[in-house]
Amino acid sequence: MAKPLTTLTSLPMPLIRDNIDTDQIIPSREMKSTGKTGLTDGLFAGWRYTEIGGRKADLDFVLNDPHYTDSQIILGGTNFGCGSSREHAVWALVEYGFRAIIAPSFAPIFASNCVRNGILPAIIDADAIAIMEKADSPITIDLSTQKIGIDEDQSWTFPIDEEAKAMLIEGLDAIDLSLKMADDIATWQEADRAQRPWIYLGANQ
Amino acid sequence: MRKWGLFLPEPSSLFDKLWNSHVVTALPGGGALVAIDRVFLHERTGASALNSLAQAGRPVADPARVFAVTDHIVDTRPGRTDKTLMPGGQAFITETRAAANAAGITLFDVNDPDQGIVHVISPELGIVLPGCTLVAPDSHTCTQGAFGALAWGIGSSEAEHAMATGTLRLNKPKSMRVCFFGTLAKGVTPKDMIMTVIARHGAAGGKGHAVEFAGEAVSALDMEGRMTLCNMATEFSAMSGFIAPDAKTFEYLEGRRYAPKGSDWDQAVESWTQLASDTGTAFDTEIKIDAGGITPMVSWGTSPENSVGISGAVPDDAGKRALEYMALDKGQRLAGTSIDAAFIGSCTNSRLSDLRRASALLKGKKIASHVKAICVPGSSRVKREAEAEGIDAIFREAGFEWRESGCSMCFYAGGESFDAGSRVVSTTNRNFESRQGPGVKTHIASPETVVASALAGVIADVRELL
Ligand code: SF4
Repeated sequence: MAKPLTTLTSLPMPLIRDNIDTDQIIPSREMKSTGKTGLTDGLFAGWRYTEIGGRKADLDFVLNDPHYTDSQIILGGTNFGCGSSREHAVWALVEYGFRAIIAPSFAPIFASNCVRNGILPAIIDADAIAIMEKADSPITIDLSTQKIGIDEDQSWTFPIDEEAKAMLIEGLDAIDLSLKMADDIATWQEADRAQRPWIYLGANQ
Repeated sequence: MRKWGLFLPEPSSLFDKLWNSHVVTALPGGGALVAIDRVFLHERTGASALNSLAQAGRPVADPARVFAVTDHIVDTRPGRTDKTLMPGGQAFITETRAAANAAGITLFDVNDPDQGIVHVISPELGIVLPGCTLVAPDSHTCTQGAFGALAWGIGSSEAEHAMATGTLRLNKPKSMRVCFFGTLAKGVTPKDMIMTVIARHGAAGGKGHAVEFAGEAVSALDMEGRMTLCNMATEFSAMSGFIAPDAKTFEYLEGRRYAPKGSDWDQAVESWTQLASDTGTAFDTEIKIDAGGITPMVSWGTSPENSVGISGAVPDDAGKRALEYMALDKGQRLAGTSIDAAFIGSCTNSRLSDLRRASALLKGKKIASHVKAICVPGSSRVKREAEAEGIDAIFREAGFEWRESGCSMCFYAGGESFDAGSRVVSTTNRNFESRQGPGVKTHIASPETVVASALAGVIADVRELL
């Protein structure tokens, strides 16, 4: 179950590159166990360390900039989170302490993984993101009003579907929500089984 | 007879039929609770999804419809065991095995005769069927849309959701049809078709869409070619790609282990026959491509959209980062660029027909001496069938390594890879930075182009061999 997210104020960390794929967020070689934790060292490993597989910080990479140590928000580029569907990318971001990503667009599987793990994927156009980058000051996200602002004069709204919003605000687990509809599911399956018996496999196939 | 969904508008698309026939109920906020017919796991993420469910005390609702396979990090060198070259990799295999057994789901284990890459074995076993919904925590699940199924990649949490409830909560994507008219020229393959779509319309061109591939050039493809075409729908950012089932689809599936039998089969085929977009259906987006104008393609950069025809050059607006990574210059011609390695494998191009076409070009020849070349059959069945035809001998004699089936060096998991910085021509689907190993420069292309390049030692045009 994810931590509820209503409002958040934090200095955003700029990582404005297009097509940041999940391999860049956490390289496959950094997924060392079958668990959902222990992933923070692997976050952005390919960019963050001077050598592949090494642990010496590349000081030019923004994640290593002490100015952004407490950032909970990432400013990203278009098609953020494309590539492999591995949820480890999101788990690593959560474990590291990020709660929101602001980008002009997201890869769909990644955005859905974010919501399920309590990270807000906020879609904001690139010009506004550039303004936030330039301001380099804390921004406030208010999920209930779907607003992101630097101050009263500079704020933007972002779209999010109702269900994703509710799940983030309440920290709801989608499985519990759906299990409440178990009767609907059973009724549907019974009718479907009569029409497509071959879908419902037996044990001795 | 099966009605493909209540309240379907006339005319309706294949996608509408697939979608509407699986809506259990509408959700507040515009989404839908959608029934999931099949779930497929692999050992890279399977254990974590199954363990997480078990820890939450949630059983798998219908284990008979959940499958798992060891393909991603399993060793592909001969004589393999649970040991893998990926540090810590063995635990992924043993934990997936334990979790699969505990959950009562079917596992195609390391040395099972039916083991292979998930998107290769699912059709081989008749697990994917027309008109079904199939999900796997793997982005290339769209491959299986070739059978007229709605098949797509999901995250681990969604896999847990699908297993626990038999459903997913989804927003309906928009619809797109990509129509290929005309016929393919010699030496041009389904891989070149999909690379052309992505090169012309961008790696985000299919974003938010479910994409139907149609047209005479698609109908002309065999099932394996259709799988190659649908495989890279995810590289187009589409939710999925699919093709209306036809006689070839039914012929492929008949008699497969999990396919319907007897009167069920007849009833199934009758209903599957209706799975096509009705004439006059409108799509949110429609793309038309002249198949006859497609040439063999090769990628130059670090996104599949960075691709050109084999006689083309790196474009003038190429990004600096991609050029630096690939060590190429603007305006540089691709053909003639020296390569270090060649790879034939992956869920894109590792099926028997791919290996047959590649071996026909290789027969009696030797690859360039400086090229490290590897062929990894997509499944243990493909490997056996290829060996029965003597295809393995042709590959070996030409200078290729011949492997056990699996994902192998399609992606780097920390184990085996090509040498750092080496240039590889590969039948895989992703040319991302370090996808095939640290610093490895990947050029994606068809099996034909990979063979022509391996023989020449440089990126080469297969049409010169024909
Ligand atoms: S072959 Fe490559 S792309 Fe296909 S499932 Fe395996 S790792 Fe993924």
